[in-house]
Amino acid sequence: MATPHLPRPPHWATRLLHGFCADHLVEEMEGDLEELFHQRVQIMGEKQARIRYVLDVLSLIRLFVLKQKVTEYSLLPNSIMLRNYAMIAFRNLVRQKGYAFINIAGLAVGMTVAMLIGLWVYDELSFNQYHQNYNHIARVMNQVTDEQELHIGNSLQYPLAVELKNAYGDQFTHLLKASWTQSYILSHGDAKVSKIGIYIEDGAPEMLTLKMLRGTWAGLRDPHSILLSESTAKALFGDKEPLNQFIKINASIDVKVTGVYEDLPQNTEFHEIQFFAPFDLWVSMNEWIEKRAVNDWNNHFLRIYAQIKPNTSFETISNTIKDTELDKIKNLEGLQEQVAHHPQIFLHPMSQWHLYGSFEKGIPEKGPVQMVWLVGIIGGFVLLLACINFMNLSTARSEKRAREVGIRKTLGSLREQLISQFLGESYLVVIFAFCLSLLFTQLSLPWFNGIANKDMHMLWGNSWFWLTSIGFIGITGLLAGSYPALYLSSFHPVKVLKGTLHIGRSASTPRKLLVVLQFTVSVTLIICTIVVYQQIQFAKNRPVGYDRKGLITMEMKSADFYGKYDLLRTALQKTGVVTEMSESMGKVTEVTSGNGGFNWKGQTQNQDKDFGTLTVTPEHGKTVGWQFVAGRDFSRELASDSSGMVINEAAARYMGLKNPVGEPVSWTWSQSQKIKQYRILGVIKDMVMDSPYEPIKPTLFYIQGFNGSVSWINIRLNPRVSTSQALSKIEAVFKKLIPTAPFDYQFVDQDYAKKFAEEERIGKLASVFALLAIFISCLGLFGLASFVAEQRTKEIGIRKVLGATIMSIWQLLSKDFVLLITLSFVISTPLAWYFLNNWLQTYEYRTHIYWWIFAVTGAGALVITLLTVSFQSIKVALMNPVKSLRNE
Amino acid sequence: MKGTYLGEFEEVVLLAVAIRSGDAYGAAVTSEIEQQMGRSVNLGAVHSALHRLEEKGLVNSQMGGATAERGGRRKRLYSVTIAGKRALEEIHQLRNQMWESIPKTAWS
Repeated sequence: MATPHLPRPPHWATRLLHGFCADHLVEEMEGDLEELFHQRVQIMGEKQARIRYVLDVLSLIRLFVLKQKVTEYSLLPNSIMLRNYAMIAFRNLVRQKGYAFINIAGLAVGMTVAMLIGLWVYDELSFNQYHQNYNHIARVMNQVTDEQELHIGNSLQYPLAVELKNAYGDQFTHLLKASWTQSYILSHGDAKVSKIGIYIEDGAPEMLTLKMLRGTWAGLRDPHSILLSESTAKALFGDKEPLNQFIKINASIDVKVTGVYEDLPQNTEFHEIQFFAPFDLWVSMNEWIEKRAVNDWNNHFLRIYAQIKPNTSFETISNTIKDTELDKIKNLEGLQEQVAHHPQIFLHPMSQWHLYGSFEKGIPEKGPVQMVWLVGIIGGFVLLLACINFMNLSTARSEKRAREVGIRKTLGSLREQLISQFLGESYLVVIFAFCLSLLFTQLSLPWFNGIANKDMHMLWGNSWFWLTSIGFIGITGLLAGSYPALYLSSFHPVKVLKGTLHIGRSASTPRKLLVVLQFTVSVTLIICTIVVYQQIQFAKNRPVGYDRKGLITMEMKSADFYGKYDLLRTALQKTGVVTEMSESMGKVTEVTSGNGGFNWKGQTQNQDKDFGTLTVTPEHGKTVGWQFVAGRDFSRELASDSSGMVINEAAARYMGLKNPVGEPVSWTWSQSQKIKQYRILGVIKDMVMDSPYEPIKPTLFYIQGFNGSVSWINIRLNPRVSTSQALSKIEAVFKKLIPTAPFDYQFVDQDYAKKFAEEERIGKLASVFALLAIFISCLGLFGLASFVAEQRTKEIGIRKVLGATIMSIWQLLSKDFVLLITLSFVISTPLAWYFLNNWLQTYEYRTHIYWWIFAVTGAGALVITLLTVSFQSIKVALMNPVKSLRNE
Repeated sequence: MKGTYLGEFEEVVLLAVAIRSGDAYGAAVTSEIEQQMGRSVNLGAVHSALHRLEEKGLVNSQMGGATAERGGRRKRLYSVTIAGKRALEEIHQLRNQMWESIPKTAWS
């Protein structure tokens, strides 16, 4: 019954139908459509029928015909299949123990690193949040413009505090005057401790929401009271009741303990402070405040802390108060110089104290924040390395399971079921690794706290921690599992089972790229670690210009010290364990004070920079071990030496003096216009007193009515006596002569070593991470190498039968990897050089980036790679070809 | 609740399936409705109604033989289940009962 011309429905509409219609429905739909079309051709003609056909196709676009619902079977596996999946996953892990170990251990290590770093970053970002008023606390800062440069500081004047309170007091919940923090001797009976404390006005405990264990926040109202931290109270009173007991500050002032608060955690700015005392007490302890500072707009010595009212903002108040100082001083006499500097006042919110706390030319220094992000990025990279391993190994191994896929498919598994099986397996491993990493993190946290100098805890109760973890597990499992899941499930069962499946060369390209990425990161990290280490060593080995060994120093905190210099010196020398002793205004390892106003012969107009200045007793040079370049040391015998001066080489250079010895120097105090005449006695070698990374500051040493203006004692131990013996004898002398002070000393060499603490911390962290990075990368490499070796077992067997040597087979298998490592070395070299060069620029005294660092790292990476790969390749090369060729 | 309520169009489709008993498939149901009601209906609407009815358990389906007029494609044949029959009867009875309840005076 073939008709010559049979009208056909529009072809495109049929194709559209095939496009959206589910496979199991398309046959009946199409049949119905065509049948109706033919009926309609008879009734209303071809044109109308075609239109109706198209309309019908369009009207068939309904939820139940759409492709997404491909099957009527449930995709959720029943319990029997689930058990089967679990068993298969477990058997796979057990059968390939090495592979499972590499996968899980590598991932767990990477996660641990990320978790530790995450904790660190969290700790840094949540700094100061212990205080409940965190969002409303600020410190008052001032800013002056000096020769086009902005200077920002937090030392303020007493009258400013008064003025702020009078004019704007209603904007603040608290506006508190405070002292700088300093170390004091607290004593109760025989118990003496030296603790850092602050004198601050009454509202402080409330503003800082101290957690009171005893007493109340009102404990600072009485001017002779004190609040102690828990550990301080324990040190002074042991288990006795501290409340309402009296203690002495610096052996002179009696105060009553009115409260004990819980120790502040390490991640607060006030962590070091161990006691709070009333501000008025400080004023009464220091006569000069009432005498000279209360009305002096020129005396910057005060800190002001503020808590703003909740309905306002820091910016608003900063804008209101900014000209307080300027408005006030412009009408006052003798302050015109200050007016010219345009002083401005602003609030610096607590949230920025830690990471944006220091200012360079008026702009917050980026260092601390950048450090946080840098470490965060390194952590991310280590984690990435672990994930790459996981992905690489899963994909490489998955090809071995092609046959399982084939069988499952012929037995009726749907693609979706296969996908969920493989994804499920990858999630199983990720979750297992995550649990392990929780354990690792918990175990390594004390050690990490030690390196990072922090007191961090696991955030078991923190919802962010869990959210991030779940997110991470989700992403890793998906990344690692998706390739095998999608790729394997697409196999044609017949091809797989016939054994004709060929996995092309291109399948391993992404793996190779990832290996290159891994090693680029590892090698960069290692180069960076070496250079950081070099820089620390370089600065450590910098000649310091004096003898650090056997030198101890202590602060004179008690008034008892004063006037006893000669007494102490003779008593100490009599013991035979001390060769010399001196007193000085600042620590040996610091330039604490600077002064301008010096004039000398041949001074040019623009030479008005501040010199470091240090008041010393005549024996200081002998005690510290000055090395004279010219001239002589101070002498006790010559009375004229009281107007003598010893300068360092840097000062001599700066002053431009060829023969400095004997040259006069005059010093003008700007306030009083008093002039004092000095004569240079000698020039000493430069001493590193400030940062070992900075150029040495021109420094002047002089003797000046030294009782009262010096606050450090320096003692040179007799090198022939053992240190412990010496210390106990010295202690005895101090106990007798200055009974009120604890014998609280520091070794200068240890004190000096502290200058490297920050860099050493970075160095240690970086080296740990670099080692872990290379470890993880090598794990991955090891896994890949064993996979490749296994894949080529047969090829190698044939090669051996045909006479290949072990060497040539080793070469064959190692060549690829060596190429990859070389490539990553080539990429990482300029990268590392760029970062390191930038980093080193921040130091004035810095090492070079030597070429051999790169060479050593490159060679090292190569050797490690070869060792890793060789283990596998030699194992395969040694294998008896009969074995590998026997099967099939 | 699924299965307890029949829409107007669903009822018409279910009736058509009953009428074409043994030979009820998409196109046949469509043309049956078109003939009986004198209005053109969408194939899509009929299919989704049949699908819903099947989900509600009012009709059964099985794949039937191929015929030339549909290009050799097989058709899905629907038949009314017992539940479907009962649903139709219930509707019928309900309607009758309501007719009976109309007072004579309503029309005057």
